[in-house]
Amino acid sequence: MSENQEVSQNRWGHLRKVLERPGPFSHPEFEPSSDILDFIMSTCKVLVIGAGGLGCELIKDLALMGFKQLHVIDMDIIELSNLNRQFLFRHKDIGLSKAEVAAAFINKKVKGCQVTPHYCKIQDYDETFYKQFHIVVCGLDSIVARRWINGMLISLLNYEDNALDQTSIIPMIDGGTEGFKGHARVILPGISACIDCTLDLYPPQVTYPLCTIANTPRLPEHCIEYVKIIQWPKENPWGIAIDGDDPQHITWIYEKSLERALQFNITGVTYRLVQGVVKNIIPAVASTNAVIAAVCATEVFKLATSCCVPLNNYLVFNDVDGIYTYTFESEKKDNCLACSLIPQNLPVEDPSKMKLKDLIELFCESTSYQMKSPGLTTYINGKNKTLYISTIKSIEERTRENLTKSLIELGLQNGSEILVTDLTSPNTLTVRLKFVNNHIET
Amino acid sequence: MSSPAPKSPDQSDKSKKYDRQLRLWGDHGQKLLESSKICLINATALGTEILKSLVLPGIGAFTIVDGDKVSEEDIGSNFFLDEAHIGMSRAQAATECLLELNPDVRGDYIDDSPDHVMSQTQDFFSSFNVVIATALPEKVVMPLSRQLWAAGIPLLVCRSIGFLGYVRLQIKEHTVIEAHPDNESPDLRLDQPWEALRTHLNQIDVSTLGTKERSHVPALTVLYYYLQRFKEKHNGSLPKARVEKDELRDMIRSSLPGDCDMLEESYEQAVKLVNVCVHATQVPSYIRTLLDDEKCTNLTVESPSFWVICAALREMVQSEGVLPVRGSLPDMAADTSSFIALQQLYIKQAQNQAESVYRRAMQISRTLGQSPDVKLFCKHASELYVLRGNCISDEYQNSCPNVSLHLEDPESLMFYYVILRGLERFISEYNTYPGQFDDQVEPDVLKLKTLIGKLLTEWGCPAAVISDDRVHEVCRYGGAELHSVSAVLAGCTAHEVIKLITHQYKPINNTFIYDAITSTSATFVL
Repeated sequence: MSENQEVSQNRWGHLRKVLERPGPFSHPEFEPSSDILDFIMSTCKVLVIGAGGLGCELIKDLALMGFKQLHVIDMDIIELSNLNRQFLFRHKDIGLSKAEVAAAFINKKVKGCQVTPHYCKIQDYDETFYKQFHIVVCGLDSIVARRWINGMLISLLNYEDNALDQTSIIPMIDGGTEGFKGHARVILPGISACIDCTLDLYPPQVTYPLCTIANTPRLPEHCIEYVKIIQWPKENPWGIAIDGDDPQHITWIYEKSLERALQFNITGVTYRLVQGVVKNIIPAVASTNAVIAAVCATEVFKLATSCCVPLNNYLVFNDVDGIYTYTFESEKKDNCLACSLIPQNLPVEDPSKMKLKDLIELFCESTSYQMKSPGLTTYINGKNKTLYISTIKSIEERTRENLTKSLIELGLQNGSEILVTDLTSPNTLTVRLKFVNNHIET
Repeated sequence: MSSPAPKSPDQSDKSKKYDRQLRLWGDHGQKLLESSKICLINATALGTEILKSLVLPGIGAFTIVDGDKVSEEDIGSNFFLDEAHIGMSRAQAATECLLELNPDVRGDYIDDSPDHVMSQTQDFFSSFNVVIATALPEKVVMPLSRQLWAAGIPLLVCRSIGFLGYVRLQIKEHTVIEAHPDNESPDLRLDQPWEALRTHLNQIDVSTLGTKERSHVPALTVLYYYLQRFKEKHNGSLPKARVEKDELRDMIRSSLPGDCDMLEESYEQAVKLVNVCVHATQVPSYIRTLLDDEKCTNLTVESPSFWVICAALREMVQSEGVLPVRGSLPDMAADTSSFIALQQLYIKQAQNQAESVYRRAMQISRTLGQSPDVKLFCKHASELYVLRGNCISDEYQNSCPNVSLHLEDPESLMFYYVILRGLERFISEYNTYPGQFDDQVEPDVLKLKTLIGKLLTEWGCPAAVISDDRVHEVCRYGGAELHSVSAVLAGCTAHEVIKLITHQYKPINNTFIYDAITSTSATFVL
């Protein structure tokens, strides 16, 4: 044995003990062997999505758990406010790609580790990219991105005669934090509850009614929203949209909000609050990110090595009052939008009253859809017809008039299928209309 | 195009860097953090990961005490050590790497074993705000715990082994002002409004309001009005039982004219407020206990300001029967001026009461000085918390610890506490971890079982309760430290340190066990 090999044998002695010795609580299929360490070092490819608070921790944790074939994807650049927790970044790195700096840091620090950075959006890649991984682990702060990658991994599943091909499953481990709270979950696409199965776990974002903001403000937040939503577009001081990272913009909003608050005798408008409201800032600390990322990394290790049975399937964490964890099995939803193979039926009370914009609103507001800007097409008499698409300007203009037409006026019938595309999934959702009071059927 | 050039409010680089955490523990919490001194004993993976989550948010300074040299195994689990460090002082290498994380933090190290340091420099460890020990053998933990107990310095003893983790907090007394409870019900005092509030609310005859005015009146005003009508009907008593609360809710609902098919928003909110806001205002029993605490009733010149203000608060409670009002009003549908007028009444009353507590506190202790704490203290008067722990050395010498009850539950993580105590004895006796050498796993299982059996007998518990599987699992680890398990524990421990320094959030009481096999955890008082 060469000296180098010896170092590496000793270096990974910790891992070798749990991988090369039998254990009473390991997975039934676990067979202790040195091949397992070889597998996680040279074969097992893990994708880390996000190189922020969780992502930095995840890459470090995985690198020290023996994983060497790591990829990390993040579209963001490093900001000063990241440095209180994103420990792979330094002051000199501000403005650089998170994925690239994080990968370079780990590759330098952990000998033998090969992290490949991807400085782009997850939507920039298609299934040929995602297919190469054994496990995907997410440290994201966006529900839309979680749903998108969830949909992507589901689209990679192979079914033969309705039976799921087990080799097409890419497990997804998802972590999230907010202040001192967090969660970690293990998703086996097609087998256990997916992100869309549990959409009702995500609370709707706090929004203030427009009439309160405009007429009866009571809170400092109402004043800030007023400036953001009404005063900015009207006065548009720089002729551009608000940039939450531009201190001049924040200062302008701060001063105008202060004026408005003064006018209404409202106290409590501070620069920090203005920033928080404008950028929708979620508080974050190093410790919670460390905990949640490490729970996720432990699950990646369990799945890759079978040395223990993985988490089934959801853990919540909170260390405000002592340290609290709770583990439970979240349930697969029978008619899940994303992972069930069941066609989605949409009951419609009165298709002559329901306008297309009502239908779109339903896709956005309903807890089971929670879409962002759905694009709708259908087939009428075998011909493809675009109902409404907001994301492409020319089509938006051409289809805008449809918004105020009723479903009947648009030629839709009981049983018509609507194809819905949205930011929340790479896949097209087919929804079949079910007219409840079915007297208009032709 | 001429751009407005507003003057930027002073936002220092530091406040930008720490923005995401300042939103949690505030500038006052950060100030405490920045003046703290933390000691880490042993720069294990667990130890350096704890310091990482303390250096990043900006503690004042740290010192690492570790007499070991960096080994090959260290670099496999410890992110802050790499191949170039092999053979170097572990304390030094870790200190240098940790300091790179945050230029605002100072750090130094002592390349010497903790027991030697303890015997050479008396009270060395007493100069810190918190001491954290990882992988420290029982024979050193014992004298250290006694010394820090006597000095009143909090100590956290942590161990990470295989898929298991252990954190024990030793603290004589710890006081919390801002507990940040998750679900706090509003403090509105509708059952006993002070004069200004009563006068204000009585001015409004809700029953005569027109449609437009109804949409402007705050829910609180509506609720108060119908609460008065309810009390008139029921000899002045508040609705308590569900049926009574239903009656009050019906009174609010049916008050609207027949032609309205929809409740005004403020009426709807008033109905919802019945459950959380209509009750007799009382001093919670845990606050009563705290105010009757000996520390509060027998002040000395050394009493910390927490207890001086408590004594002042106690006087106020004795004369008024209630805690100071919190002084915040939840948002509710209403026009601006009615809401602000109401809100001002709550703020003013909170100010008056805080001033009164402050005056009392100054009378009690002239040395209190211009303490801005009193206002904060009064605002959080209903969440004050005191934790009193016990000494680890006493726990380890206790012949009858509080374990047997938990051992009746086969899923209880208390089993791992017992096994970890056995593991400590194993290390003391054999100077190695059970299962450290591949050919000794089976013999070590037997040795460890014997030691655990002895412990249980000492405690008067049946030895048979510990399953062979669990003992075997711990011997499988052979002292291995898995980075991701250490990182979970480290994140938890770092936040406990932050709680201790900031006096915000409630710390663990007192033993935390983490089982990464099942991803579960438990906390026990031992």
